[in-house]
Amino acid sequence: MSNVIKRSSKFTYFTIPVFVIILIGLYVLPSKLDFSYQIKFVDLFVLIIIATMWNLLAGFGGLVSVGQQAFIGIGAYSLVFFTDLKGQSVIVAMVCAVIFSGLVAIPLSFIVFRLKGGYFAIGTWVLAEIIKLIIVQIQSLGGGAGISLGAFAEIGRADRIKMVYLLALAVSVVILLGTFLLMRSRLGLALTAIRDDATAAGTLGVNVSLAQRTVFVVVAMGFAAAGSLIALTNLRVQPDDIFSVNYSAIMIFIVVVGGLGTIEGPILGAILFFFLQERLRDYGSIYLIILGVVAILSVLLAPRGLWGLITRDKVSLFPTRYFISKKREG
Amino acid sequence: MIWTNAILQGLLVGGLYALLASGLSLVFGVMRIVNLGHGDFSILAAYLVLIVAGHSNLWLGTIAVLPIMALLGYALQRSLLNRALSLGVLSPLLITFAFSIILQNALLKIFSSDTRSIQTESLGSASLKITESISVGYLPLITFFVGVILTLTLHVFLTRTQLGRAMRATSDDPTAAELIGINNRHIYGLATGIGLFAAGIAGILFGMRTQFSPSLGPVALIFAFEAVIIGGLGSLWGTLVGGIVLGIGQSIGAQINPAFGVLAGHLVFITILLFKPQGLLSKQRGT
Repeated sequence: MSNVIKRSSKFTYFTIPVFVIILIGLYVLPSKLDFSYQIKFVDLFVLIIIATMWNLLAGFGGLVSVGQQAFIGIGAYSLVFFTDLKGQSVIVAMVCAVIFSGLVAIPLSFIVFRLKGGYFAIGTWVLAEIIKLIIVQIQSLGGGAGISLGAFAEIGRADRIKMVYLLALAVSVVILLGTFLLMRSRLGLALTAIRDDATAAGTLGVNVSLAQRTVFVVVAMGFAAAGSLIALTNLRVQPDDIFSVNYSAIMIFIVVVGGLGTIEGPILGAILFFFLQERLRDYGSIYLIILGVVAILSVLLAPRGLWGLITRDKVSLFPTRYFISKKREG
Repeated sequence: MIWTNAILQGLLVGGLYALLASGLSLVFGVMRIVNLGHGDFSILAAYLVLIVAGHSNLWLGTIAVLPIMALLGYALQRSLLNRALSLGVLSPLLITFAFSIILQNALLKIFSSDTRSIQTESLGSASLKITESISVGYLPLITFFVGVILTLTLHVFLTRTQLGRAMRATSDDPTAAELIGINNRHIYGLATGIGLFAAGIAGILFGMRTQFSPSLGPVALIFAFEAVIIGGLGSLWGTLVGGIVLGIGQSIGAQINPAFGVLAGHLVFITILLFKPQGLLSKQRGT
């Protein structure tokens, strides 16, 4: 008897064909669907993006933040800035927004990384508030009233929505594959080690602060992409909405209920949340109360989330961990 | 002269921030939990006073609400947070964040987003004239002294009483504390109870001073947190100093430009975090 260490389970072999089929399906979908449904899909993609990014930060990186709306806001405002004020095309503006957000995240990380644990969480929240306060002061970005996106003025509604749909789909694929590859890389291993025990990881030669800073910056870029997609769908950016802490509540709910620390969990959670939102939207503030209660129950009773409950940790479609199985020799 | 006035008013507001922060600081000191719902709990207390005082006397209302807050804290700790603590560092954080979201939206549902204030009749407007151009309100003055008294009381409680010593023992080493017969779960419950009691005092005084609405919870949490960090983790007196420094920073900022007050406070916080991350008063014995 000897132990065999594998990364994949037998379910993994289904992943690639199924993933490709779903992708092709989602790619041809807009030509079959009314655009009110396409917009709903964009919402779902945005949910998957922000949940996957928060999960990368907290579930894999061990950095619990309640201030990632800072980067959603930076992404949304940068998109408006680069399209309307600088005259760039939507795609160029989006790339600029993502890069800008990453650049902003570097100095910000030096501020919040002085804080640990719960105080890190509030620290990120303060950053989001500060960035909002600064943007409200900038008159060319509309101040407190917000600013409308004019880049689409000449494009028809159907074409616009189809373009946003395809952009959102592309970003989701990049984010999911990127997270998957990152977690299988050396950095992913370092992050997992840091999350489990930062001191021990450090003594084993992991550069703890560099690894965490890298993930913080990468995640900031992902949130900026989500933010620019939100701006492209809503066609308007308002400081109080785009920097709302409710975004944090939503992404945390999705990840916690779906399954923290897995790639599948946030996707499952996002789909669940998407349908929950459709049903509960009319109830206003009650719906956030229900989310809070469900999140508490989930943390206490099912800490591995829905994905963990369903699969009992034995199945992995996007294998980032190692499985040990006993194998008889000869 | 306007600067002297700004500093004086800032100092008095600082007393309120210190009050808000002391509960946060104590709970963190004892069990390393940061209660992300702390600000919302203090706003809850202000609304509770509004309900109780609507039927009877204001001071009676205050006296009735504070024990409710303490009981609520004890109950939440014993029922949910102790369990979460055993699941790792992430769980308590997620649960207190859920508290924040639930409370804020429940208050929004019940009381709407309209601003309210606790009417204090003559006390709200009465002030003490120091010179021709400087006068201080009685209410800010009372708030400041309540802040100082609460810090002093907590200090005496933690250093001079049996229970306070047990709390510090649990904070230093929960396993060893358990070995010598301390019931950690009870101690944690008491800490959160005291934390919400203090949050309640702060919220009620806050509601008497200015208008409030359900969305102010996160703001209160952020100011409390900045006071804790400016003062230095684990130091009650540091928290008082931190609150005062934050209050003065905001007040001077607002004097320069009314829209700049809160931002100036944040800048003070960031400056301290970058150049003196251990806080103005570094950790001392006591908490």
